[in-house]
Amino acid sequence: MKDQIAIVGIGETTFGKGFMESELQLGCIAIGRALDDAGIAAKEVDALACYTMEDTPEFEFSRNMGFGDLSYFSRINFGGGAGCAAVGQAAMAIAAGQANVAVVWRARKRSGKVSRFWAQTPPRISTHWKWSQPWGLLRPVDEVGLLTRRYFHEYGASRETLGRIAVTLRKHALENPRAMMRNRLLSIEDYLQGRIVSDPLCLYDNCLETDGAVAVVLAHKDRARDCKSKPIYIHAWSQGLATDQQNMPNVFVPDPFTSASTVAAHNLWQRSDIRPEDVDLAQIYDAFSSLILFSLEAYGFCGRGEAAAFVEAGGISVRGGQLPVNTAGGSLSEAYVHGFNLITEGVRQLRGDAANPVADAATCLVTSCDATPTSALLLRN
Amino acid sequence: MTTENWVLPDTEDPVDAPFWQATRERRLVIQHCISCVQSYYPPRVHCPACHGKLEWRDIAGTGRIWSYVIVHPPLLRAYQPHSPYPIVLVELDDHPGLRLVGNLLREAEGAINTAVDQAIAIGDPVRVTFRTIADDVVLPCWIKTTLN
Repeated sequence: MKDQIAIVGIGETTFGKGFMESELQLGCIAIGRALDDAGIAAKEVDALACYTMEDTPEFEFSRNMGFGDLSYFSRINFGGGAGCAAVGQAAMAIAAGQANVAVVWRARKRSGKVSRFWAQTPPRISTHWKWSQPWGLLRPVDEVGLLTRRYFHEYGASRETLGRIAVTLRKHALENPRAMMRNRLLSIEDYLQGRIVSDPLCLYDNCLETDGAVAVVLAHKDRARDCKSKPIYIHAWSQGLATDQQNMPNVFVPDPFTSASTVAAHNLWQRSDIRPEDVDLAQIYDAFSSLILFSLEAYGFCGRGEAAAFVEAGGISVRGGQLPVNTAGGSLSEAYVHGFNLITEGVRQLRGDAANPVADAATCLVTSCDATPTSALLLRN
Repeated sequence: MTTENWVLPDTEDPVDAPFWQATRERRLVIQHCISCVQSYYPPRVHCPACHGKLEWRDIAGTGRIWSYVIVHPPLLRAYQPHSPYPIVLVELDDHPGLRLVGNLLREAEGAINTAVDQAIAIGDPVRVTFRTIADDVVLPCWIKTTLN
């Protein structure tokens, strides 16, 4: 399916906190904008894909947006690992002839406490979380904190390394009018004084709590030619769930740093004519700053243990970096829509529409969460 | 220290009920496959290598800290008053590669925040202890074996 399917439309709500609209309403706004961007009528949509964590069922979007009869709908598991796979599976359905036009979306009111599953007390836990949560390892930040501390120990990275990531992404956001943090300067001193949440991770290592929605429209390249906006092609995509791994906290495997992302990366590069060194920029899932270090290594942009030096040398900056990363500010400084806004930023870059344009960008890697079973997309224009 | 509204595991799952039975008896057990000579944690339905039956075996209950975090608010209401508290990931001495999440305590049945002022480092040796959070739930926890 290499280069056969294109992202032909993207749409977003504004990003913020405390929105009055429901997730369904926000989703409808983003999907409507994505269809307008593509110049495709809602009636032509016959496929949907989304995250399993999406609370709104498919039929609600269908009956509100006026989609045609749906012939394909799928949901992808594992939280932040799902985004790229939702796009990839919908694209695969089109490539396989099961559908013609797909909408993939994420709508979330994350600033409401109700959406944070670890903020409620469940009855007895029967899932894999029974081996971590009863002790008080409750939140994703605690789970990723364990990996981060170990990474520091093995490779000599430090809070200053993570601060460099947070400050770089904040600088990207300052130029992005859609970013929640567009007016909020962040210095390395601010970072180092940040409130500790799960030592070694502080407030600024955590993604933003965001209300908002993001959607994309996919179509076959033959249909894409007639669309309103420049099509961006899915050169390759992949999923990964490593032997023996579990969902977060993935700390029981011998080496958590060669897990889901390593599998997804292996699959992706095997299907791709583009090599890591040919990639112009990357949108890397950053619910936590340290995930960028793990992913830079897993996808082959750095050797094992070398990501800290790469970041400290300015490698991820849109201003002269070897591999500009999260050029709109990412989940740390633009918005956290479960990583789905990383996909729309990748598309904007390859269309030449980004707030922080990477000159002559022709290829972009987008990744989903390193700490869960995951997925990746390799986009080209 | 109250453990009301604590997050509790289902201790009656047929796969791992023996683990919880053992901790109630202040023993730490993990699964072992006799034919593959492999041990597993967290528990499996059967040996993933040969699909044969796994047996539960007592282990030494000593290990080293593989990683840790110090947990600060915001937290579930039940845990919040006890923060900040350390959580350790312990790799077992007699089963290299097998790790358990646990609390670092100063004494058996101690509060989860009493060791937060202790110096903690990756590689520190620890031994198992136990802490009761419900009638049927006794959690294996850890105490440093060299104090600093």
